Amino acid sequence: MKKRSYDSIVIGGGSAGLAAAAEIAGRGYHVAVIERELTLGGILNQCIHNGFGLHYFKEELTGPEYAERMIDMTAHLPGIDFFLDSAVLEVKGPRGGEPRSGAENAEGPLHNGGLVVYGISKHEGITEFTASSIVLAMGCRERNRGNIGIPGTRPAGVFTAGLAQRLVNIDGYVPGKDVVIVGSGDIGLIMARRMTWVGARVHGVVEIQPYPSGLTRNIAQCLNDFNIPLYLSHVVSEIHGSRRVEGVTIMPIEDRHEQSAKSFRLDCDTLLLSVGLVPDNELSRRLGVVLNPETGGPYVDASLMTSVPGVFACGNVLHVHDLVDWVTEESTRCGGNVCDYLAGGKTPWQGAVAAGANVKYVLPNRYAPSRKNVFYLRTLVVKNRALLRATIGGRTLLERRLPHVQPSEMVTFTLGPDAFNGAHGTAGQGGLADGRLEVSIE
Amino acid sequence: MESYDVAIVGAGVTGAAIARRLSAYSLDVALLEKECDVSFGVSKANSGIIHAGFHHSPSSLKARLEVLGNMMYDALQRELHFPFRRCGIVVAAFSIEEMKTVERLYTQGLENKVIGIELCSRDRILSLEPKLNPDVVGGLHAPSGGIIEPYRFVFSLVESACKNGVTLKREFEVVEAEVSRVRRHRFVLRSRSGDAIRTRWVVNAAGLFADEVSRILGGEELKIIPRKGEEFLMDRNAKGYPSRVVFPVPSPDSKGMLVIPTVEGTTMIGPTAVEVEDKEDLRTTLENFERVCSSARRLVPSVSERDIITSFAGLRPTLAGNDFYIAVSKAQPHLIQVAGIQSPGLTASPAIAEYVKDLLKQDGLPLVERPDFDPTIEEVPRLRELDPEEADRLVQANPDYGEVVCRCETVSEAEVVAAIRRGHTTLDGVKFYTRAGMGRCQGGFCTYKTLKIIEREAKLSLGEITKRGEGSFVLGSTVGDLPVGGES
Amino acid sequence: MAARSLVCISCPIGCRLTVTEDPPGTITVTGNQCARGEVYGREEMLAPKRVVTATVLTDSGEVRRLPVKTTAPLPKELINGLLSALYRMRLPLPVRCGQVILHDVEGSGVDLVATRSAE
Repeated sequence: MKKRSYDSIVIGGGSAGLAAAAEIAGRGYHVAVIERELTLGGILNQCIHNGFGLHYFKEELTGPEYAERMIDMTAHLPGIDFFLDSAVLEVKGPRGGEPRSGAENAEGPLHNGGLVVYGISKHEGITEFTASSIVLAMGCRERNRGNIGIPGTRPAGVFTAGLAQRLVNIDGYVPGKDVVIVGSGDIGLIMARRMTWVGARVHGVVEIQPYPSGLTRNIAQCLNDFNIPLYLSHVVSEIHGSRRVEGVTIMPIEDRHEQSAKSFRLDCDTLLLSVGLVPDNELSRRLGVVLNPETGGPYVDASLMTSVPGVFACGNVLHVHDLVDWVTEESTRCGGNVCDYLAGGKTPWQGAVAAGANVKYVLPNRYAPSRKNVFYLRTLVVKNRALLRATIGGRTLLERRLPHVQPSEMVTFTLGPDAFNGAHGTAGQGGLADGRLEVSIE
Repeated sequence: MESYDVAIVGAGVTGAAIARRLSAYSLDVALLEKECDVSFGVSKANSGIIHAGFHHSPSSLKARLEVLGNMMYDALQRELHFPFRRCGIVVAAFSIEEMKTVERLYTQGLENKVIGIELCSRDRILSLEPKLNPDVVGGLHAPSGGIIEPYRFVFSLVESACKNGVTLKREFEVVEAEVSRVRRHRFVLRSRSGDAIRTRWVVNAAGLFADEVSRILGGEELKIIPRKGEEFLMDRNAKGYPSRVVFPVPSPDSKGMLVIPTVEGTTMIGPTAVEVEDKEDLRTTLENFERVCSSARRLVPSVSERDIITSFAGLRPTLAGNDFYIAVSKAQPHLIQVAGIQSPGLTASPAIAEYVKDLLKQDGLPLVERPDFDPTIEEVPRLRELDPEEADRLVQANPDYGEVVCRCETVSEAEVVAAIRRGHTTLDGVKFYTRAGMGRCQGGFCTYKTLKIIEREAKLSLGEITKRGEGSFVLGSTVGDLPVGGES
Repeated sequence: MAARSLVCISCPIGCRLTVTEDPPGTITVTGNQCARGEVYGREEMLAPKRVVTATVLTDSGEVRRLPVKTTAPLPKELINGLLSALYRMRLPLPVRCGQVILHDVEGSGVDLVATRSAE
């Protein structure tokens, strides 16, 4: 078995992994990127539509263009080794980690602070990677039919929207020709247009909420442009067809009650599900990382380090992002924090961060008053002219009017040392009784 | 036209077990399956429980064959390498009344000669299965009960049978038969696609369609009533699920809704039991999910709706009288009826095979042992079961083991190729052989890889690949095939 | 003339525009937060256009389809023609990201470029 040693191992070569690795290598450390596909870029490769990079590059790019820019940024860095077409077979944290299901109870030797990742590829066999730090950048997976439990038969022709996107844009296969889409998030809307542009007919987009969850821009250019009906407050209540999808029953929801008497059928041969993304933390779990049920990702401190020392997380595996620009920001910052950790710097004092009124979650879960802190949050409500507030012990550190908030649009704000100055007395001394930072939306 | 000594109609667990048993003899045996792959009928939705043998009355064929079958699994596993574990079964009682039923089951188990069966106090049963509802007052423990991956079992039986000379004919649906009283090969069986074979004996192991096959063959009238069962699969990472199979106290017509640890580390809850009319009605419903969850929660409090990964339904082929009907046909000579094989059909299958072999022998089939009979099949290594050192050796020997296709279940390309080479050329067939597509993402990431491997290895065009046979095509067309014109 | 309500698609913000033509020939756009919105509102009334993204079959086994885009919004009525033409093409590699694949699509003055490099 080959053995390789690095300062850092980045698991995932998509937008998060590339940004983190670029930062780590840029500061002179030696980093391995393990990527399961044959190319870098992750999910960006199949997002051939535009809308990426408006913040980070100040240009509107397609997914592949954004990915290529990220890859180019890493190309000239000598300290990165890429391991493509490689999967992670096993991971071990300082406590030995949890065994993979099916494997014998693997009690390995404790690697003093050292973390171990077993990569597997057809050319290299198994490689044992040891490192002082790991960056979790595995992204997310899609919720599927099983998760939402659509009743009915189980014919061929039911796909998650992302799988259909991959099949169409990368492999050149069209799943079917009469399509119904469940979920009005951006992936579903983009696929409504894409399927139309490859000659399929999209008979409707079905959305359980009374409002669409994707960008209004996408409603206009993906649905309205093609006169595709959007059924708000509706669900697919049954799938029909014994071998291949033949149709679906659509049922309205009024005042939170199903109205089965008003159900109707849409004939179709394909159902695309765009019903949510789940951060893919199976490896994190096996490392012993503690996960946050609100985000589906790890709890992280102010430096984006998880509950396992030396293990960091960024990008969609930490929480599902809407814009890749923020993934790049977060992951670059994470890479910088990994370097600080590797340099052995003293960990600054950190206080707790809590989600207050109307906030579903805020990240990171801790703040460091002596540093610049970038926060990301999602609201629970749809509101115009909302007020974002960050307080410690009743004292307001930040107040900002936001023209419009909704759960599907992430909000970001920054608090630097100046903002904290005096808010809780001398750093580390806990000047106020409760040094907890509460973030709310009103 | 091909000629056989025995044709077995149906390659579910029953037909497959019989085929393998007969393959030990110098006979020409045909195993006929109407679907495009074996185990795609009733056996596709099996719970995978190897019962202990206390549920059925000693006078029933079910009880006798169930206990005999149960004992044969260790040897079978050594030969056929399917996943199997004797984790034990517990029946939980929550009242004095229920305890009385449990005592009757215990007595019945003793009469059926179930090894190791014990009556349990509350403390004893909770120590055996700590995840049980603490309100339990006592119960039954049968250490000989176990769990198995049912389609792996059927696949291995068929592989072994074919290795020893059995001819498997997929997509052979018997729609017509000619019976001659003078010819040595009494039957001509015709398939829907126009194929035909001659045979001396027929074994009707056609599951849900045993009544129709009997009619076609001139057998006695049978009536199969399909009884649907829905089951729900729970996340392997969920905590608080049991390590033994947990049964409630049974009702007169049902073993009840169970909490079943699977041999692969997930948990299943169910099945429901509802008679339906349509033999193809495999629809799942929402109402049942809540009912099943709360029923299961009574046994194991940790059962949570949040843990569900997927659900599926199966149909049991029930016959009036509630016992197996395994006999030489009263109406048609040389026809062996093997009908009404619902629970404990899987458990009993090796014993059913013995029993049918004996019926055939009594009916005049000459049984000469094959000297070159090999009961074993090749063991295909599974990447997910190997530690890094073993995995490394394997990849060096066969690089296809280094290409991970399904990362949720850690399935390598080599295993997918092994499945395809054994005739499993549909997405479901590959899934059942390898587990690719059964994990958290339910095929979201691996489907495109599996499709490409099937295209390459089975030499099928992508448009020909199906989910599980005729009509269930996966892809519609290639980009550019459909005319563009989507705007109004 | 009645006002028309539109959502601007120039960027993800998606400003709600109100576009009126009064007097005839004079288009007024309100609700935009930047100049692009004004352009969009005007064009949407007179000559709607869209950026088109798609993929083209290549002669490679590894990168079977190459993603492409129009360099600027294309008049809507030309989109289906462009897509049909693209789906008949077979592109030889190598190609560089940004390389022009089709010049002056259907006389629109808009080019089609590759959005990734491929060998």
